[in-house]
Amino acid sequence: MSRYLPLFGFALLLALFGFGIWWNTQHDPNEVPSPLINKPAPAFDLPTLDDPAHLVSKASLLGKPYLLNVFASWCIACGEEHPVLMAEGRSLGIPVIGYNYKDQPQDAKDWLRTHGNPYDLVIADFPGRTAINFGVYGAPESFLIDAHGVIRYKHIGPFTPKIISQELKPAIAALAQETR
Amino acid sequence: MTPELGQLALILALLLALAQSVLPLIGAWRNNHALMAVARPAAAGQAVFVALAFGLLAWAFMTFDFSVQYVADNSNLALPWYYRFAAVWGAHEGSLLLWVLILNVWTLALAMFSQNLPEVFASRVLAVMGLIAVGFLAFTIFTSDPFGRLLPMPADGADLNPILQDPGMTTHPPMLYMGYVGFSVAFSFAIAGLLGGELAQAWVRWARPWTNVAWGFLTLGIVAGSWWAYGELGWGGWWFWDPVENASFMPWLAGLALIHAQAITEKRGSLRAWTILLSIVAFSLSLLGTFLVRSGVLTSIHAFASDPRRGLYILIFLGIVIGASLLLYALRAPKIAHGKPFNVLSRETAMLIGNLMFVVAAAMVLLGTLFPLIADALHLGRISVGQPYFGLLFPLLMTPVILLMPFGPFLRWGHGEPAVLKAVLLRIGSAAVVCAIVAAFFVHGQVKAILGTAAAVWVGFGVALYAYKRWREFPRGRRYPAEMAGMLLAHFGVAVFLVGVLLSEALSVTTDVRMAPGDAHEVGGYSFRFDGAQQTTGPNWHAEQGTVTVTRNGRQIAVMHPQKRTYPRGQVQTESAVKAGLTRDLYVALGEPMDANNVRGAWSLRLYYKPFIRWIWGGGVLMMLGGFTCALDKRFRLKRQAAVVATTGNEPAPALRPQENTA
Repeated sequence: MSRYLPLFGFALLLALFGFGIWWNTQHDPNEVPSPLINKPAPAFDLPTLDDPAHLVSKASLLGKPYLLNVFASWCIACGEEHPVLMAEGRSLGIPVIGYNYKDQPQDAKDWLRTHGNPYDLVIADFPGRTAINFGVYGAPESFLIDAHGVIRYKHIGPFTPKIISQELKPAIAALAQETR
Repeated sequence: MTPELGQLALILALLLALAQSVLPLIGAWRNNHALMAVARPAAAGQAVFVALAFGLLAWAFMTFDFSVQYVADNSNLALPWYYRFAAVWGAHEGSLLLWVLILNVWTLALAMFSQNLPEVFASRVLAVMGLIAVGFLAFTIFTSDPFGRLLPMPADGADLNPILQDPGMTTHPPMLYMGYVGFSVAFSFAIAGLLGGELAQAWVRWARPWTNVAWGFLTLGIVAGSWWAYGELGWGGWWFWDPVENASFMPWLAGLALIHAQAITEKRGSLRAWTILLSIVAFSLSLLGTFLVRSGVLTSIHAFASDPRRGLYILIFLGIVIGASLLLYALRAPKIAHGKPFNVLSRETAMLIGNLMFVVAAAMVLLGTLFPLIADALHLGRISVGQPYFGLLFPLLMTPVILLMPFGPFLRWGHGEPAVLKAVLLRIGSAAVVCAIVAAFFVHGQVKAILGTAAAVWVGFGVALYAYKRWREFPRGRRYPAEMAGMLLAHFGVAVFLVGVLLSEALSVTTDVRMAPGDAHEVGGYSFRFDGAQQTTGPNWHAEQGTVTVTRNGRQIAVMHPQKRTYPRGQVQTESAVKAGLTRDLYVALGEPMDANNVRGAWSLRLYYKPFIRWIWGGGVLMMLGGFTCALDKRFRLKRQAAVVATTGNEPAPALRPQENTA
């Protein structure tokens, strides 16, 4: 029977890959909410991109909602998303915090200098360990975090003007309703 | 016109590949010599047309034929000719063509050197190679045509990804593919053996050098990739556990296991089924690597443009090739499996433990690489694992291998002697302890560095001890046959590699500093003086280039020129300056000017002092040389044809028809 074990293992692997391809084509990241939605964001304590000595923690950002946008200079889709953030980031009415992911700081700085900086603040996670807690597995990804530090909305992949107007802005408006 | 010729050449190559695979399989089944004889000419014809297609694509790059979409996307008028040539495999379509070309190189070599193998067996081997070519040629033609036209033709093309414009990166993919594709030889041998229901020891002996060479190339490819990442990415790291790196590392581990398993089977006749399974696994992991990179199933730093249609195609191809192989293995392996028994204390056992560890490590890497996908499937959310997972498990799995390695050669086949082991243990154990204590004084109690010293001495002294034993006990000329020398080289490479990894990780110093011209900064006992930056230009980039003078105790060591290059489309690429040395690398990466309008003023710089880091690649190169040296052994050349034919004879019609495998 053990002779069939490799075949059996491979069948499992094949099923997993088939699922992966199907998932990538069919999957709308918003249909199945991330388990982190409506859960407190993981704690973090990360340096800013500009000054490695200056650490920003989750606690220091409590009190007002913000958008955490995972990006990296090596990420091609981030380049697609970037002009959208440049155009619409300021109109969101909340701070946009860049989360520089597994990126050489210098590359990130160059990237922001070349293409423009849509962020109010950029924190850097070069080893990518904190990102594991956030469940980040690629860039770009974005998290809307409310005043109490709870993740309220998550978007995987680049923002488009349509997604911003149809999903992100309503989610921000809903937050504003609550606090009123 | 030439691009259409290229397309035509690919289609003809596909047809020839079909002939090369289907007809000889029928011939081997029916014992029809005419059909079996098709294999070699068909393989040669296929190689001619694939080489023609490759040449035509290269020609399109050389002549700036921007009417070809692929050329327009990956080159421009300013790109120097050598990078235009490398651009042939700079993106998805062309790299597939390279894959097929290299497969043809291997097939051709196999066709040429397999004249002495029994006809039925050789035809089956070539047919399986043909089947693989069918899959990849069809993939190229139907989903990834490199010759597609772009009309109207643009005046100038885009650019080759600047990250690929580096000597290391131009050689990395061909070497890697030489390795990946090279495992197809062992794979074809395994399948042909299963089909025929027999795997003679002599054939395994003949297959060994091919596996060793493939593994050597794969090692070189990985080393080149790591070396490139170190110099080019500007963060001084050499391994990232990125999915694409893992994709090349898994076949490397499986290939490593296969090399050792083949040695056992060839020498002792045991573990045939295991050798066959590993042959299938090593090549399957190579295919899997291709799938992971091409399909977009996993996101990665260097994933090529992903396309679900391509992913689906490769998935179906994988399903057929690997699924059918493993089914064949399950059905036929018992027929093949037999061999000499061995004691618990024997060279076989030591090698088998190593083998299992390599396979488990490959599975561990596979699991970690696929974990985000598994998490998705089980609705655990988006979870990925990285350095903490791999960095813990891999060293843990390799510890038994390192501990056993020095003993392997001292153990006898079949039954080892405890007394010999005790003597060896005493010597290398005391050498390792003494060296570790001495090292402790130099490295200020850095545990990792002390462990590194001990492990390297353990392995290295063990190898030296065995080399000395051979020297003493064997007459001149028989002391170090190529196979033995290769083993010693590769194992010694492991010791060198251990020094590199553990010492550089423990003792490296990194500093980010702001420096005005004239400022000096001390790192690792070296004084780095920044002498300002200025503009410079290359063929298709302009750059700011800093000058850093390094001195030690007032004596000048190096003048280094780190650059920040800007390519035509605005991509910025760091070119670090590295002063390499046997015991340390000095590494300077240029940051950015403090005042963007004054590049002649102060800059931020990153200074590294990296002791022994070069030993990492040095170890890798030694392992590669070991693989190549082994392959040179005269013993592997198949001369005594008569003996081989006698063992096969007229075989009975196989229970499983060859066609079922081709379906």
